[in-house]
Amino acid sequence: MISLRVPAPSSFNLQRFNSGALERRWKLGRDCFLSFTPNRIGLGVRSTKSEMAPFTAAEEETLPEGLQPELMPKHVAVIMDGNGRWAKNQGLQPWDGHRAGVEALREIVELCGKWGIQVLTVFAFSTDNWIRPKIEIDFLLSLFERTLKSELETLAKNNVRISIIGDSSKLPKSLLKVINEVEEVTKNNTRLQLIVAVGYSGKYDVLQACRGIAQRVKDGEIDVEEIDEILIEQELETNVTEFPYPDLLIRTSGELRVSNFLLWQLAYTELFFAQEMWPDFGRNGFVEALMSFQQRQRRFGGRKS
Amino acid sequence: MGGEVRQLLEQIHRFSRRCLFRVLSMGPLPTHLAFIMDGNRRYAKKRGLEDGSGHKAGFSTLMSMLQYCYELGIKYVTIYAFSIDNFRRKPEEVQSLMDLMLEKIKSLLDEESIVHEYGIRVYFIGNLGLLNDQVRAAAEEVMKATAKNSRVVLLVCVAYNSTDEIVQAVKRSCVDKADRDVERIQLVDIEENMQMSVAPEPDILIRSSGETRLSNFLLWQTGNSQLFSLDALWPEIGLRHLVWAILNFQRSHSYLEKRKKQL
Repeated sequence: MISLRVPAPSSFNLQRFNSGALERRWKLGRDCFLSFTPNRIGLGVRSTKSEMAPFTAAEEETLPEGLQPELMPKHVAVIMDGNGRWAKNQGLQPWDGHRAGVEALREIVELCGKWGIQVLTVFAFSTDNWIRPKIEIDFLLSLFERTLKSELETLAKNNVRISIIGDSSKLPKSLLKVINEVEEVTKNNTRLQLIVAVGYSGKYDVLQACRGIAQRVKDGEIDVEEIDEILIEQELETNVTEFPYPDLLIRTSGELRVSNFLLWQLAYTELFFAQEMWPDFGRNGFVEALMSFQQRQRRFGGRKS
Repeated sequence: MGGEVRQLLEQIHRFSRRCLFRVLSMGPLPTHLAFIMDGNRRYAKKRGLEDGSGHKAGFSTLMSMLQYCYELGIKYVTIYAFSIDNFRRKPEEVQSLMDLMLEKIKSLLDEESIVHEYGIRVYFIGNLGLLNDQVRAAAEEVMKATAKNSRVVLLVCVAYNSTDEIVQAVKRSCVDKADRDVERIQLVDIEENMQMSVAPEPDILIRSSGETRLSNFLLWQTGNSQLFSLDALWPEIGLRHLVWAILNFQRSHSYLEKRKKQL
């Protein structure tokens, strides 16, 4: 959420107010809601790494200064927003932005594995994104397929488990085949679970859970009165993991909304909105988000007396 | 003499507010604003007041904010008054909150209350069965008494959890569609069974006291809402915060409308 520390009337400075009133970024104290680093000025796409560097035991223990290992979130969710705008700002095509986005994702997956985060959920493609031009959709899905194929070996080596959630009915058959293969090959990995949401939205997830429950009621397996929160949780697609509720949700590109990504699961999730575009987010942005998370007091409706 | 000066000042405030709102109305305005009124107890502690006075101060802030919203022309306002999770607090605190709520709900029926001034239709949203009989009865009475109002709407979420609301909606959908193919259950079937379906989705959600989370509030309805987290504690919230949120909303509005049209 954007933190609006509105100045008290007595400290109002007209000159400062006038110079860039609405463009002003509010630098925050304890809680970093707006994290921004100046856009890295670069020509072209960032250098492509064709492989993730394997996680080493030595690196696993070295958290950046300021982060405490016992306060690391178990489950981090990310809305990787801003690839298109990043590309436009660089004078590139949208697909260059998506490719740069994949690089950025590689970096974050690596960091999660090293820093002991157990689940990382990323919002790759929403049910709302189907309205984009067909050429962009085709590119995105084929990029996804290619990335899965090329990364499979590295992910398996690094003990990463991949799960795909979302409405698979509209996805091309070749992609479905690759998805099944990747899920099968990595299903016993334990270090990090990477959940990729494709053709997914929070409302869709609740709807399909509702249908699943309705079927069970129809089959006589459960009674309508027995429907409760635990039952719905079991039917949601995030039941592929032991920790379906993200502790931290990060959204890049400055948009202050959740956009129907994960709904039920975000009930108590700490939200962090980063100003930079996804390809620019990287390690620095991630550290800032984690530091903000670690400083928050989570009470879940109760009281910390 | 003091009273006259006060009245004069109040009139000046009202006039300048009206001018400010007229300027704001030049741009797009939200139809529905939601508030998480967090930080009352911290406010009392900060001011060295006794427990419970934070909530009283919070209530008067709420009345001011409602007044500003309705003066500005915002039709729907939703507030998170009491969560189902809050029942887990100390019994004394829960009881004092219930007593305060009973007192304030009853006061809504007074002639001079804000309800009559602005023609507010009031809804109480939540699992009202969890409330004690007196509070529930008072809430139902207010809902009945204001049912004919149509100018503006106030939705008070009490004994509410978004997940609970969804569970109830899923239950009702299962019952409604029991004799039909489950594949026929659509989003609209769940949505029409949600208690909050009496209002459109909020355009803006504002949470005070600096926390940046939804705390199980309107999860279904805020998918596309702009989220603002204000550092100020709820009793410290004032007109300037509302204006700032609306300005930010207006800033991103044209971009959003384009996206919405695409959908």
